Amino acid sequence: MTSQNQSRVRDICREHGSDPVRLLDIARAVQSEFRGISQQSIDTIAAAVRMPRITVEACVSFYSFLSVEQQGEITIRLCDDVPDRLAGYANVRDAFVEALGIPLGGTTPDGRFTLERTACIGLSDQAPAALVNEVPVTNLSSDRAREIVASLKQHGDPRRLVRKLGDGNNANSLIQSMVRNNLQFPGEILFSPYNRGEAIRKAVAMSPAEVIRAVKTARLRGRGGAGFPTGMKWEFAREVEADRKFVICNADEGEPGTFKDRVLLTERADRVFAGMTIAAYALGAGEGILYLRAEYAYLLPFLEQRLQRRRDEDLLGESIAGKQGFDFDIRIQVGAGAYVCGEETALINSLEGIRGDPRDRPPFPASKGFRASPTVVNNVETLCCVTRILEEGPATFCEFGTPQSAGTKLLSISGDCRLPGIYEVPFGLPLREVLELAGGETASAVQVGGPSGKLVGPADFDRRICFDDLATGGALVVFGPERDLLSIVSAYTEFFIEEGCGHCTPCRAGMPVMLDLLERVRDGRGEAADLDTLRELGNTIRRTSRCGLGQTAPNPILSSLERLPSEYESRTGDADAGLTRSFDLDAALVAAQAVPGRASSHL
Amino acid sequence: MSESFSFYIDGVPVEAQPGMTILEAAQGAGIWIPRLCWHEELEPFGGCRVCTVKANGRPCSACTQPAAPDLVVENDTPQLREWRRALVELLFAEGNHFCMSCEKSGNCELQALAYRLGIAAPRFEPHWKPREVDASHPDVLIDRNRCILCARCVRASRDLDGKTVFGFTGRGPDRRIAVNSTARLADTDLDVTDAAMDVCPVGALVRKREGFTVPIGSRRFDDAPIGSDIEAGGAAEPVRQEE
Repeated sequence: MTSQNQSRVRDICREHGSDPVRLLDIARAVQSEFRGISQQSIDTIAAAVRMPRITVEACVSFYSFLSVEQQGEITIRLCDDVPDRLAGYANVRDAFVEALGIPLGGTTPDGRFTLERTACIGLSDQAPAALVNEVPVTNLSSDRAREIVASLKQHGDPRRLVRKLGDGNNANSLIQSMVRNNLQFPGEILFSPYNRGEAIRKAVAMSPAEVIRAVKTARLRGRGGAGFPTGMKWEFAREVEADRKFVICNADEGEPGTFKDRVLLTERADRVFAGMTIAAYALGAGEGILYLRAEYAYLLPFLEQRLQRRRDEDLLGESIAGKQGFDFDIRIQVGAGAYVCGEETALINSLEGIRGDPRDRPPFPASKGFRASPTVVNNVETLCCVTRILEEGPATFCEFGTPQSAGTKLLSISGDCRLPGIYEVPFGLPLREVLELAGGETASAVQVGGPSGKLVGPADFDRRICFDDLATGGALVVFGPERDLLSIVSAYTEFFIEEGCGHCTPCRAGMPVMLDLLERVRDGRGEAADLDTLRELGNTIRRTSRCGLGQTAPNPILSSLERLPSEYESRTGDADAGLTRSFDLDAALVAAQAVPGRASSHL
Repeated sequence: MSESFSFYIDGVPVEAQPGMTILEAAQGAGIWIPRLCWHEELEPFGGCRVCTVKANGRPCSACTQPAAPDLVVENDTPQLREWRRALVELLFAEGNHFCMSCEKSGNCELQALAYRLGIAAPRFEPHWKPREVDASHPDVLIDRNRCILCARCVRASRDLDGKTVFGFTGRGPDRRIAVNSTARLADTDLDVTDAAMDVCPVGALVRKREGFTVPIGSRRFDDAPIGSDIEAGGAAEPVRQEE
């Protein structure tokens, strides 16, 4: 174990202005340089940024990509999300374990490798996938796993694992990734040709109020899943008097099965930044931050270069597009592995350098957000829509979709289908047609909106993708008839347990109880009464949890109980048979047998 | 101060000042809303969710939700009673609360709440994992097995004592109360006279050498159930419990 050079840690703090708000950047830098943040480093950081050490430790212990233990020079993070499991994750994992000679979670004695599992890394359409330090490797097999380990042992450079570059900007010299866009169905709005600067020039020719009116006329609703009207959000923040206002782009897409923002950031980054700039103009904000999930850190140099190009072209900085007094710039904050930070108030806490626990609302970010200032947080896709609305006008935008759900929706489709990837479809398309497009006609169930959404069966396939029917942030995971749906429900439930912040009782203490009951049913030890308990407790968690994560954490169980009840009822058996299935006689006798030291005989 | 206003709790009009939460206004009107993490001297935390009410039909924590003119609040309904019961039962499933051997028994707000909500036996399978006990401090013991993560000590130490002795590490079910040193409470500047020592609702943060100075039978909740002082129109609960 290498000792961490404390004067270097102090230098890292100084490079970030010893600013407590930059704690996440400091922690990431120390982690990356020393492969861990030792107790001593926590002390050093705390002293440098003048914060109690417990505040630093609280933050470090919160994020999956930060660790107090020393990790290897190369950390291999295997994504074990459901699409990866469907595509052979277990074999890949076993091959890595064998080739490295360490268990999952272990570090090799020579300090070269750490092997970990991780939640969805946004590559469900090319699963199984993994991150080697920041380098994504896709379509893994056990052979490929052995090759990766052999070549890393030889040269130690994750970048040299990339042999064939992906399509589009994945091949850009600043990305150089094997990731593929899999843009199966590009639509008219998000992936239409783009003329850099056009939307901003049109926006600054209007008044801020007119810009907000255009967004409202387009009936744009947030694309992250909740569907809040974007124009209204902007108006709230505009109406608050404040010296500073902030525009934040939420690029922390962590909903398992979602990868649409990855493709937008790769292929339409300028549209995202333009959307942020237009939002800033509309509400009078001077500063913008794009919160990029740690899993997409490989895109950072490319995105920074795009920002610089915009500055050079007067699309960022002072007097943007020649508009006197319109000054705005954007910085990128990289996260550190926490699904809950996709929740906007958790994201704001994370930006402020503290744990990503969600905040109480009210106050809402529009009145009191980042650094207690009015803040608008918008999804990547929402901001792309904004840019398009300014380019073509609200009327063109509304030609697509339904009255309640205008425009198009970007879907990330994975699982048991022939053409996994990205689909831009008009709102209102029936799920059945989506499945036909993706080659998933034989599906027996679809997880719509990721685990926080709904698991639906064939009876729901004629329902429509839109806010007032099957609402979704965009993830569709398709399951064929041979899949064991309850094992999928179980995996998603484990995901929520692991990713919850632990602030409030229902989610923290309730979800493990839900999982226990589910496992009992899966094992054939469940009773009909357990299903009632699952429904009641699930509903309590849904209604009493503090944030969106807790309020949706029971959804995999609740929605499958509602839409696919036979999956459960076929395993709980006949309630009238007079058997208490959950009672395990052998287990109950263990203590009694230990006293005489011999087994009792029983029938 | 701006104008006071009124709103409704279970149909009863309640007076409130601007800036008050639902829980504070209820308290002033002699209406008890069950709660655990709330403490009158501390900023609300919204963690235990036991004070969940419905405001205009939407569930929210009464300790964080501002009262508003004409708001219609449901408090004592069968559904809310059931939700609160489940939350308290979950805390008993999460941590190993062995009342019979706990010095806090009779003064414990969790225990008292369980009695008042009619919890007689466990409904959920326990999830007890052994958690660390820290007896390093000469005058104070932390038993994390009994901690309900209410953050009262965190807030009191930070905001009343100006010390930040406590904080949280980990997340989800692994979230734990932690101290402002590499490992031990003894290495922090906690003093037994700190305000943080008086706020723990359970037996997680206790003074050493004070066992049974007040006998069972004469303790805080032995005669009157939790909340009855508020319902009797009294002010908030006393801070120091054993005096």
